Amino acid sequence: MQDENARRVISVIVVNEASVLSRITDLFSGRGYNITSLTVAPIPDSRYSRLTIVTSGSIRVIEQITKQLHKLIPVLKVYEHADLVEKEMALIKFSVSENITDIATLCAAYNGKIVNVGDNVIIAMVADEPKRVDNFLKIINKYNPKEIVRSGAVALER
Amino acid sequence: MQISGAQMVIEALIAEGVDTIFGYPGGAIMNVYDEIYKQNNFKHILTRHEQAAVHAAEGYSKASGKVGVALITSGPGFTNAVTGIADAYMDSIPLVVISGQVPMSLIGTDAFQEIDAVGISRSCTKHNYLVTDASDLARVLKEAFYIASSGRPGPVHVDIPKDVTAQIAEFDYSIELNLETYKPHTKGNPRQIKKAMEAISKARRPIFYLGGGIVNSNAAYEVRELVKKTGIPAVETFMARGVLSHDDDLLISMLGMHGSYAANMAMSETDLVIGLGVRFDDRVTGKLSEFAKNAGVIHVDIDPASISKLVNADYPIVGDVKNVVNEMLELSSLINPAKYSAWRESIRNFDELHPLTYHEDSARLKPQWVIERVGELLGDIANISTDVGQHQMWTAQFYPFSRPRQFISSGGLGTMGFGFPAAIGVKAASPDKVSINFTGDGSILMNCQELMTAVERKLPVINIILNNNYLGMVRQWQTLFYDKRHSETDLSVQPDFVKLAEAFGGIGYRVNTKEEFDAALKDAVEKNIVAFIEVIIERLENVMPMVPSGGSLFNMMLLEKKEKK
Ligand SMILES: Cc1ncc(C[n+]2csc(CCOP(=O)(O)OP(=O)(O)O)c2C)c(N)n1
Ligand SMILES: [Mg+2]
Repeated sequence: MQDENARRVISVIVVNEASVLSRITDLFSGRGYNITSLTVAPIPDSRYSRLTIVTSGSIRVIEQITKQLHKLIPVLKVYEHADLVEKEMALIKFSVSENITDIATLCAAYNGKIVNVGDNVIIAMVADEPKRVDNFLKIINKYNPKEIVRSGAVALER
Repeated sequence: MQISGAQMVIEALIAEGVDTIFGYPGGAIMNVYDEIYKQNNFKHILTRHEQAAVHAAEGYSKASGKVGVALITSGPGFTNAVTGIADAYMDSIPLVVISGQVPMSLIGTDAFQEIDAVGISRSCTKHNYLVTDASDLARVLKEAFYIASSGRPGPVHVDIPKDVTAQIAEFDYSIELNLETYKPHTKGNPRQIKKAMEAISKARRPIFYLGGGIVNSNAAYEVRELVKKTGIPAVETFMARGVLSHDDDLLISMLGMHGSYAANMAMSETDLVIGLGVRFDDRVTGKLSEFAKNAGVIHVDIDPASISKLVNADYPIVGDVKNVVNEMLELSSLINPAKYSAWRESIRNFDELHPLTYHEDSARLKPQWVIERVGELLGDIANISTDVGQHQMWTAQFYPFSRPRQFISSGGLGTMGFGFPAAIGVKAASPDKVSINFTGDGSILMNCQELMTAVERKLPVINIILNNNYLGMVRQWQTLFYDKRHSETDLSVQPDFVKLAEAFGGIGYRVNTKEEFDAALKDAVEKNIVAFIEVIIERLENVMPMVPSGGSLFNMMLLEKKEKK
């Protein structure tokens, strides 16, 4: 139990029905748990959706979160990931007056590229581990990003 | 068959074997009320407030073991019911609460009496539904009853828009439920059970810690047998009163904030806690880090989320208490009751040192005497409800409970106003028993309009108002922890309770002496109409012993010792 507030990734498989997302977010807010990020999308060819929730807390808190999620009627499965592949996407808007070549090179190093070029702005995309995305966003600060949007993490057990 | 949504509600209730429901009509639920008018299969009891309808359904459920049903309208009807729903949620009482909603086309428009009911009930129900098509109703209602009563029980709320109750669709209640995502785990792991029994056989000072889950799983008689066969002493939580009979030698008493000295000391000195259907509530454990500090923990509960939530379980067993206790009974030969005789002896010594008692040292009657007296006069033939406050704790401490489901009180939420309507539901469920509600001068005013329901439906609840002219429990805390600043707890200004009861067609008594009390109780039982017996009690009596909030169980404030005269 080295880290009381370690970052954890939880995947939740739920029946794809009305208000299921609010059941989950209500549970987090009602019991005082954090949500760092949350993504959700239907699982192809099924009646289920998959949520990926990044949260933090001690082992005991995470165990409670997992059990409480399980208690929700439309929840099929809850996994707390240990060994996982995790990716997150970010989109970043720059002015065209910035050094586009540098930006493109940096993006390439983080599984990304420039995805849109307009008259005044360009939009770059990267998709990488959340930690690396953090890193990337730090580095590109000097190119004065105008807007940044992150997708939140998605994860699969190895 | 092709019927309306409103008819489906009736058909579903009939199919579930419901014989009594509680409710209050209004615009959005009128289609259903129209069908209630036309049918003769079950009774509808009109309470005089939606909160009372839900509490009555809770009382009915608690006394009968069946699912309680309440029916209410949208908007204010629903919001009035929320306290009852939350109460049932905290105490794991199976209910199906059906509310009307504005028509689908108006949802989201701030229509008249529109409120996001499922949004509100989400956090205080086991599950809830907004039904958007009448063809879903059979499945939804069947699921609602199943979910409410299985696993860890709880309230399920079904919100039905008015146009859905008018919609004609196919209805087939014989459908099989297919709840892929909900499969309560009822059978305990046999290997874990064996290990737990071995641990018990090795322990020197084990203790049974009995909780309300035993009542929910109808396992009290199995538990009685297990306690007897093993010779291990037991403490009960507030919710478990009556699981063991008051005259069981192995029952120490209630534990927790107002538990007995012996119960709390035994819990502090045990080397193995055997928790059955408990949840280690903060009112039970006191300071967690000091709770049963040197003990191993066996924890049996149907709700995996209760296990190791607050206290780490060395032997976690997820399952229905009844199943698990039956398996434990099979292995009870592993345990030698003689081994614990020294332990039983030391608990007896604790009890002799500071018995659960009170002093009759005032001119006015003592509330504890009143409760004991009712126990002497009625004992087993009464079902006992309470409101919330000092009178509630004295009832839990001093009434001689002899069977499960005899004691019905709001534990988790602590809802003032619960007692009277709950007692009405109890009386509806078991008419052959006397239904007593011990209440306070504060609490009774929080649902006294139910005198009308009780008179109209001939449900003769006897309310014993232990009148201390105070919001006594709050006053006690102010006395002890706020330097006697009795802020807004003095209830010197009061209604005439006798006239209040009479105004509704009930009967009222004001009692100052023991003789008057006996006479009033006898008369009320004989007259068999709803009654208020107002007992003028000592104003400043405190509930003792007491573990101050956040303190350790072994650090109790105790009743002052007095020489016996
Ligand atoms: C609805 C509600 N409001 C407030 C409280 C807080 N509260 C707990 S006990 C109590 C006093 C109850 O007074 P009374 O019914 O006279 O009982 P007594 O303690 O005097 O026996 C209060 C105000 C509560 N439990 N429920
Ligand atoms: Mg009072």
